[in-house]
Amino acid sequence: MAEFLMPTLGSDMTEGTLVGWKKKVGDRVVKGEIIAEVDTEKAAIEIESFHTGLIERLIARPGDKVPVGTVMAIIREEGEPAAKVAVEALPEIKPVPQASPSGAGRTIPAPTPGLGRLRISPAARQLAAELGVDPSTLLGTGPEGVITREDVQRAATARPETAIDRQARMRQTIAAAMARSKREIPHYYLSTTIDMGRAMTWLKEENLKRPVADRLLYGVLLIKAVALALRQVPELNGLWKGNAAVQSPDIHVGVAVSLRQGGLVAPAIHHTDKLSLGELMKRFQDVVKRARAGTLRSSELSDPTITVTSLGEQGVETVFGVIYPPQVALVGLGKIVERPWVVEGQVVSRPVVTASLSADHRVTDGHRGGLFLSAVDRLLQEPGRL
Amino acid sequence: MNRSLMPDELKQTILRLLGEIAPEADLAALNPDVSFRDQLDIDSIDFLNFVVALHKRFQIDVPESDYPELVTIEGCVQYLQRKLVR
Repeated sequence: MAEFLMPTLGSDMTEGTLVGWKKKVGDRVVKGEIIAEVDTEKAAIEIESFHTGLIERLIARPGDKVPVGTVMAIIREEGEPAAKVAVEALPEIKPVPQASPSGAGRTIPAPTPGLGRLRISPAARQLAAELGVDPSTLLGTGPEGVITREDVQRAATARPETAIDRQARMRQTIAAAMARSKREIPHYYLSTTIDMGRAMTWLKEENLKRPVADRLLYGVLLIKAVALALRQVPELNGLWKGNAAVQSPDIHVGVAVSLRQGGLVAPAIHHTDKLSLGELMKRFQDVVKRARAGTLRSSELSDPTITVTSLGEQGVETVFGVIYPPQVALVGLGKIVERPWVVEGQVVSRPVVTASLSADHRVTDGHRGGLFLSAVDRLLQEPGRL
Repeated sequence: MNRSLMPDELKQTILRLLGEIAPEADLAALNPDVSFRDQLDIDSIDFLNFVVALHKRFQIDVPESDYPELVTIEGCVQYLQRKLVR
């Protein structure tokens, strides 16, 4: 039997709320298939199964708050006989307090039937008025179903989350991750100015050949160049685990996406270095769209091996970013601007971009970081080979 | 196709397409003469999606060199009027 656990979707995540299951007991699930939807501090995420088999038991219920690493379901892997699961041994899952819209994840007493007027204590009525809680929506837990002050208090503190609440939670989550990064990671910063003349000319000609829906943005050239440069300096592509850096055999660039309501996420584009520019563009569009729609998948949040953030569209020329732990590097990209540039002894106007590297000094030093930025530059001088 | 659309109809269609790209945007508050990219925080991916939506809805080609004409609602209306009578 395989245990399906609440995954960690970032170093700052401690728990998630199960929104719903996409499978029911007895259904077959394939590794990588979406099995559940979970709400996190940042967004609602579609969770993929790490196993192939039949759903033996669904333990967590919609509405449950589930700590990271807790068993949410049992999957009977192929070839295994059905078995009784020792439910008692499984960790307890905290139910969500009152006022979960679905009413799931907790036991709700049946309403008291046949009462013509509301049974509520005077103190509870006064508190409800103060807190703006409609007592007629409450279920009393006092003697004979009387609504108590505790019922009102519980309802007031467990209202459905608003957009403002979510934004505040996301801000707190980002703050925690960034504070941890600055506390634990000795950053160093490098930047270089890259001539984008060849890349932009190539892109213009390439887009003339492409249908509207298949056109490329210059951003994908930069992302691809970063991914290919990581092959040459692989120390920057990985995670800090325990007391050591672990290089990733695969390159999954996380792209920072700003959300319109505030905050940001950086989902992975898997195997970025192996994608053609056309494929990369499609994947880029897809993750941006789903990040903003709140339908990212768990692996997209847990798998980035480096982050690329671009603030060029906001007019920023140079970005010195904060590494997202446990990653060990972040690449910042600025705006493409026209600047005087010397080409074969002549001063000419060229479009240039400033690429910066924030890197973990425990893992690399400036020498390797410099080689990485030089590789990005070199790759962008041959855009047709990206 | 769509060759007889009036400016108001074009504007409504443009707003609907923008609403699909930025569903949380307050389109009623948009100034038609100011860049909607700035007003709605539309980035290059959103803008490309918008151009693709125009292409699909009106069956017109929109070369990259024309993009600067499409950054305001009023500019879009005028651009489409020109394109659709050709």
